[in-house]
Parts: sequence; structure tokens; C-alpha cells
Amino acid sequence: MRDAPATPNADPKPETRSFRSTPATGAPATRESVVSASMAPITAKDFGYDQARHLLWRAGFGGTPEQIQTLASWGPTKAVDYILDPGNAPADRPGADTFDKSIMREPTAEERAAYQKARQSQDEDALAKFRVEQQRRQGQDRQQIGEIQRWWLKRMIETPRPLEEKMTLFWHGHFATSYRTIENSYHMFMQNELFRSHALGNFGNLLYGIIRDPAMLKYLNNDTSRKGRANENLAREIMELFSLGIGGYTEKDIKEGARALTGYTFKDDAFEFQKNNHDASGKTILGRTGTFDGDGFVKIILEQPGVAKFITRKLYHYFCADLPPLERASYDELPRHQQTVLRDLASTFSGGRYEIKPVLRRLFLSQHFYDSRIMSEQIKSPTQLVVGAVRSLNTPVRDLSILNDALDLMGQNLLLPPSVKGWDGGRSWINTSTVFVRQNILAFLLTGKKPRGYDANADEMKYDPMPLLEELAKASPGSEKDPAAVADYMLRLTLGNAPDAAKTELVSLSKTTGGSVTRELVIGYLLLITAMPEYQLC
Amino acid sequence: MDLHNSPAFTRRSFLTSGLTLASTAWTIPAFLGSSADAMAKMLGAGLSSTPGVDDDRILVVIQLSGGNDGLNTVIPFGMGEYYKARAGIGVRADQVLKLSGADGVGLHPRMTALKELFDEGMLSVVQGVGYPNPNRSHFKSMDIWHTADTDATGDGWLGRYYDSECCGFGKGESGQVEKTDTPTLDPAISIGRNAPLALQGRGSKPVAFESAELFRWSGEDIHEALREPYHDLNRRGSVEGTEGGNTNADFLMRTALDAQISSDKIRKAVAQKPLVGYPGNELGRQLQMVGSMIRAGLKTRVYYVTLGGFDTHSGQGGAQGRHGNLLANFADSLRAFYKDLKAQGNDGRVLTVTFSEFGRRVAQNASGGTDHGTAAPMFICGPMIRPGVIGDHPSLTDLDQGDLKYKIDFRSVYAGVLDQWLQADSKKVLGGTYKPVVVLNKA
Repeated sequence: MRDAPATPNADPKPETRSFRSTPATGAPATRESVVSASMAPITAKDFGYDQARHLLWRAGFGGTPEQIQTLASWGPTKAVDYILDPGNAPADRPGADTFDKSIMREPTAEERAAYQKARQSQDEDALAKFRVEQQRRQGQDRQQIGEIQRWWLKRMIETPRPLEEKMTLFWHGHFATSYRTIENSYHMFMQNELFRSHALGNFGNLLYGIIRDPAMLKYLNNDTSRKGRANENLAREIMELFSLGIGGYTEKDIKEGARALTGYTFKDDAFEFQKNNHDASGKTILGRTGTFDGDGFVKIILEQPGVAKFITRKLYHYFCADLPPLERASYDELPRHQQTVLRDLASTFSGGRYEIKPVLRRLFLSQHFYDSRIMSEQIKSPTQLVVGAVRSLNTPVRDLSILNDALDLMGQNLLLPPSVKGWDGGRSWINTSTVFVRQNILAFLLTGKKPRGYDANADEMKYDPMPLLEELAKASPGSEKDPAAVADYMLRLTLGNAPDAAKTELVSLSKTTGGSVTRELVIGYLLLITAMPEYQLC
Repeated sequence: MDLHNSPAFTRRSFLTSGLTLASTAWTIPAFLGSSADAMAKMLGAGLSSTPGVDDDRILVVIQLSGGNDGLNTVIPFGMGEYYKARAGIGVRADQVLKLSGADGVGLHPRMTALKELFDEGMLSVVQGVGYPNPNRSHFKSMDIWHTADTDATGDGWLGRYYDSECCGFGKGESGQVEKTDTPTLDPAISIGRNAPLALQGRGSKPVAFESAELFRWSGEDIHEALREPYHDLNRRGSVEGTEGGNTNADFLMRTALDAQISSDKIRKAVAQKPLVGYPGNELGRQLQMVGSMIRAGLKTRVYYVTLGGFDTHSGQGGAQGRHGNLLANFADSLRAFYKDLKAQGNDGRVLTVTFSEFGRRVAQNASGGTDHGTAAPMFICGPMIRPGVIGDHPSLTDLDQGDLKYKIDFRSVYAGVLDQWLQADSKKVLGGTYKPVVVLNKA
């Protein structure tokens, strides 16, 4: 499942680039002073190992040497098209019964009546029993949210469609909803599947879907919003955080939009429109007047030119380069090259009627995307770090619970984002505490060494990094036995453009440990590399 | 003078002189700059990380996890209903440690150490602390206490305190969180595997470790030959001219160096032998670490420690037994902590607050234990606090479904600590106005 793009029938071009050659892309000091703003497609001649590696990291969670070589041999168009649509790679979508939907189910009519009776008669013993039962169910549901977190993490690690999971994670951060508030793990699972089914589909359809999603309706309190007592939470966030961004609407638009959304609620696990609670009277939203319901509200939003600008800005931040959030920098305040690129992406997005694939295709093929200042300059999210390490280095997964705990410690507790704003990303991931967690979770993946506090069964799953060297042996037979050549090769695989100090340290390690390329040496290389500040970048 | 470009300041010499440097500049991302402010800090001239705020003040939070039985902690021996509801686990009036000036309430007999603190004027008891519409789920109620929000949403209250100190924004607001050009506060430190939500801000994240030995790279245990190259690679921030550079790579290099320095400093601090003996229990071990870090002069303002095991659904015991043992561990550890701080001369700098996610039901259950309840007392400790008992004990007859009705909103205690001790703006941090409890003697 893991070796997605490598197809045995592919006819790779003979690899002409030596792994020992100095990478063509310059170090920061030698980079050109202006980032290319060209959205013209990168040519096949400029698309080699480093570019294929970059594409695999950004449009997914990194790739193995074999995957990198294969994409490089395919050239940019075929490589990007495969990433966007991996053909017959199995989708393997989870069924509705993957998790237990009954844990936090609504009480039955009989249960409700019994509870009312106990309350009225002040039957303390019976009431205590209800409370204990409620606590038991909450406990069981917390177990299940942990299972769902690990299930998703495993899926990201194993999927042959990495971009689909990466976009699912994007939508989760975009339409951020937290289990902490809704306390219904099955609804979080349903929402996760909603994101997956629209991951690379159409943003408009997803926006219509989100106002029917039980988790979102609960999270932003629309489930109790009714005529005369409209709750503005969902209407506000739809415009501010989900579609237009601050400044694209007025407070009156929020009030009117909230009325349009009244009666949009859910029963058990399904959307329900309660006509009696819906305010069907006239409204004026974003300059349009009518008796809009929730769908009408979404339709008006989707007619605004601000939507394409806002969503592509977030996609750019996620896939390409750090951008300050809109409230901190308007479009005009961004560097000129970014304005140019963002304008282009927005017009692609609106021209394609909010289809996601064309806009990503345009970005992933652009010369801008492969500028030396764009490559290896994005800070990996915790998920990107962990999933990417397993996928690109082929380490054992070892223990999903420990990986999941580490994500939390690194600040990305999946399905429990810190707020409706999601995760800020970029530098906010990094501080003196998360630095060690990042280094140590990699040491755990590579060696099985756990920090004390976990029971240690360190070497049960031995990691064999030697297959990583196969591509080196193919390209330059004999090099796989040369510690310096292996150091170069591993650095280029893991860091792209590595600093000179790294090679010096690796080579000196090989000398102090006997001078030959062994499994232990390669793991030693990887331990040092993954503990380098540069490893946090992709 | 520029430390970064000084030829004498080579990588090797940095490794040997690193700790001297660390003692004044750890975690301050001062390697960015030649600004006078940063230089002064590196030379130890400025002790305050933020102008105008007294950096000497430290807050320690003790979390009693599982729902501490408030009624068997601060015991209302003067209320007959207490003995009716707790025929098996009630503590006899003659065993209760009476508190001078407190009518009809006293401490559990295993908390003689806490009584000493009270008698010395170092302890206040805030009675009946809770919040409206109490939630009896451990998870949810803990989150409510951590976020200071009855919907349990948003960042942690102390994380927001840090956000407001470093970046000037509070609850529900966005702010600049990626500053690299101004001094930041040293992060809060939590002892434990997971960093508590209370300390998670939008821009401020705590340092969390179970033991200081874990606050470092674990890879160096795998082979000794890895140690030197690792340290070389992670301390490049001091020698390779990243100052001023503003790429993500530069930023990561600086943070990696800060992490190395703070790891050295913290591990060195806790390796000290404390000035007094601490009890060997879990909380004692944690407070000993905190005491050592304070003694070593760390600039950390907030420490967070946890004692678990308070979910006493069965076999709770009365004057003796499981719950009493926990209370003894708690009281003895806190007492030792303040003895240590006093011996260091730091006791006047450290205010400690305790809380639990909820109290327990008034009536004991059929298993000799108690089920999840609502309001419970908090303790505030330190020589600077206004000693005594704050508020009245909740009624044992006017109950809400068998549970106590709270008297003081826990956010009033937070507000008192924020406004009076940390000199912060509690309205901004808490996102609302709560009448502050009087915490300090001279508030």
C-alpha cells in the first residue's frame, strides 16, 4: 500500500544525475534575490530528483528513494497528474460501521421518561445511576476518539493516495471542529469522511455539506438555533473563517445569514431541517434579497469573488509557503511575487468553479513552486513530520499510541484542534519543548527507543534502512559501500539541500565507528540527520 | 563587541563556555541580535524579560486529579448533616484539625503539615469553589478549569496569560505569535508526560517533561559516538551567523540552540541536592524538582505539577485510609516545598494554588466511597498571601441533586491570582469580569 507511485511497468529514463553531485539549487546565501513568480509550467529538463522529492513532500508525506526516482523519470506533467489522480490505487473508503455509533446516541423515549420521573420524585439513587451511566458512556467515547485518531494516523501512513489524506487534513484545519466540545466521536468520524469525500472535489459542494454536518452544527451551536432566537456562531464563521475572510461581509450579513440557517440541525447521526424552527421571512445578505434558507445563504457566498481569493490563499499557505493570516496582512501587503501567484491561483479556482484539482495542478506544475526559496523552507507540521518519516524512510510504525501522544505534545492533537481557527502552522509549531519531542519521536521510529515512562521493548521491530541504498547502488554501483557517498545520498534524500557541517559530522561518525557502511551506521546517520534543525523543513 | 562574529567564540569554546552564557540567556532568542537590549540580557544586566513586570514572582499550580473529596479535606464538622450523609467515611469532630478563626470547619487529620502552614499564616482556604451548571465528567470539567470557560473551549487560562504578556492579546483574540525580534517569556514548565491544556496559549507553549532527564535528545543514549556530532549540529546557531537571518532554517537553528541551553540548565538545576528533605511520593518528587529549578535561578514564571488518584469511588477511608494517605502526601510535600524555598530565601517569591476538577457528592455511596460531585475548596499558599478562610462553607441541606451549590466562581480565584500576584489584566486573560478573591495580604 505504501509504495504509491512506483509502478514496475514504468520505463524510467536512465538516471544521469549522480547523487554525489552538488545540488543545483543554491544555499540561502547564494539564492537569487527575487523569488520567481512564474506560473508557467516547469520544464522536464528542470524537473529532477530534488524537484520530485519536493513534490512528494508537499503534495503528500514524502517519498522513498524509489518513488522519487520514478516521479523524476516521469517528468513534471505525468508526476503531478499521478499525484492528483493515482489511477487505480485502491480508495478503500471506511464503511459507516467502522466505529460504534451507539456510544453517545440520544436517549430513547423510555429512557428520557425514566429520567424525568427520577428527577420529579427526587429519586437520588436512580439519578445517581443515570449519572454513572452517562460517565461510563463518556469514558467509552473518549476511548473511541483515541481509536479514530490512531485509525486516521495509520491511514495517512499507509494510503496510496497521500494527497487525498493531506487535503482531508487541510479541510479539518480549515473547518476546525473539536471533539472536546462536541463529545461525540462518531460525529467526528463522519465529519472526517465528509472531508475525505470532498478532499479533491469541489469546494462549493463541501460548503453545502458542512452546513449539514452534525459535528459542525453542534460545534458552532446551530443545532439549537431557531426562529426568533438565531445563534450567529455558524453564520459568522462560515463567512469569516470558511469562505470570505474578515472584511468580506458586515455584521448585518451575519445576523441575516444566521436567520437563514435557523432550523438546520441534526437528529441522531443525520442532518434534519426543522421547518417549524426555520425563519422563512425575507433577508438581505451581501446585497441580495430573498427568503433564503441555509443553501440560499451558501449560494450567495459562493457568488462572491472573495471566496476564490480566500481559499487559494489558505491552500498556498498549506502547500507552498508561509503566509500571514488575512487579519494580519491584506493582499496588498504581501510581497509582490506572492500577489502575482495568488491572483493567478484565485482566477484558476473561480474559473474552474471551485474545483480543487485544477488549482493544485497549476500550483504543483508552476516554476514558482520549485523556486529554490520555496523548496525545503516549509516547517513540517507534527503530522507531516511523523507520517513523512515513516513513509520516506520506511521505518516500522511501532506504536500508534505513542505516535499519537507525540502529535499532541508537538501541538497537533488530531480531531481536537485548539479552536475554530484551526492550527496556525509555520513557526508556531516550534519551541524549545517541541524541538525535543520532534527529535525523540524520530529516534523512537528509527530505533524503538522509548523515553522512560513507556515500557521498553526497544528492539522488537528492527528497522532495516539498507533498502534505501538500493537506488544509490543502481545509479553508481559500489557507492553504497562508501560512507561518504552514503552520507551524501542520505542527506539529499532527507534534507534536499544539506549544509556542509552535516556531511562533515556524518563522515566523522563513520570514522569513529569503524569505517564501513553497516545498518548501524546508516541508522546513526539518520539519528543525527533527523535531530538536525533542517530536518524540520520540507 | 559582537559575540557572534568574535573569532575567539568558536564552536569548541562555545561548548565549554556555553553554560556560563546559558545562565543569563537561555531560551531568550538573543542570538538574533545586536540590539542593545539583547546584549544587555546576555551579559546579565537585565533580569526582567518584560519591562515593567516583576520577574521574581512565581506561580505554582498543583492539580489534584480525579476529583478531590472536598468535604473530607476541609471538614464541616459543625454540620450534623455531614455525619448523617457520611456514616462510614465521616471524620470525627475530635479528630479534625481545627483552624483558628474558622467556625465549624477544619482540616483532615492527616494534613498536620498543612495545619502548620495555616498556623504560620501561609495558607488560605477558599471554600465552595465551583462554577454554574457543573459538569461531572472528569475530562470536561478538567477542561473547564483549564480553559476558565464553562464551554471548555479555547486556549488554557495560563497560556492566555502568557499570550497577553508576550503579545498583548487575550481570550478569543488573535495576535502576533511568531515574533522573533523581541524578548519572549521563558515558557511555563509542567512536570508530566503531557503538557496541560491550562498552559497552552495561542502563541505560548509550555515545556513538559516527566523527569528532567527526558528533556533532551534520547538518541545520544543509543551510541556514545552520536553525542558530539549531535551537539555540534544543534549548537550551530551560535556560530554560523544566523543572527538577523529570517528564513525558517535560521529560526529553527536558533530555537534548537535555545533548546540545548535550556535542557542543560534544567538538568543541571534538578541534579542539585535540595536543602531540605522531601517526602518520597509523586508530588514530593515533582515539587523538589520545581524547588531546585527556582533555586537555580530559572526565569520561569509558572510551574505546574500534578498528584493523581483522587477518584475515590470505593474504599475511600475516613480519618485513615486511601484518601487520607493522598492528603498526607499532598500536605507533607507542600510543607517541604516551602521549607526548601525558605532555606533558599525564595519563599516570598512563590505563590502556590491548588485545585481539582470537582469535589464529590455529599453522601457516600454503597462502596464506602464517593461519586463525582461539584464544588470544593482550593488552597492558596505562600508567605505573601492573606491567610485564613475565604467564603462560607456551602450548605449541606440546600443541595442541587445531592451536590453542593458553589459559593465562589473559580475564575474569581484565577482573577485574584492574575491581578494581584502576576499583575496581569484578568479581564483580558479571562475574557470576562470576575470579582477577584483577595489573595495577597497587601493587595
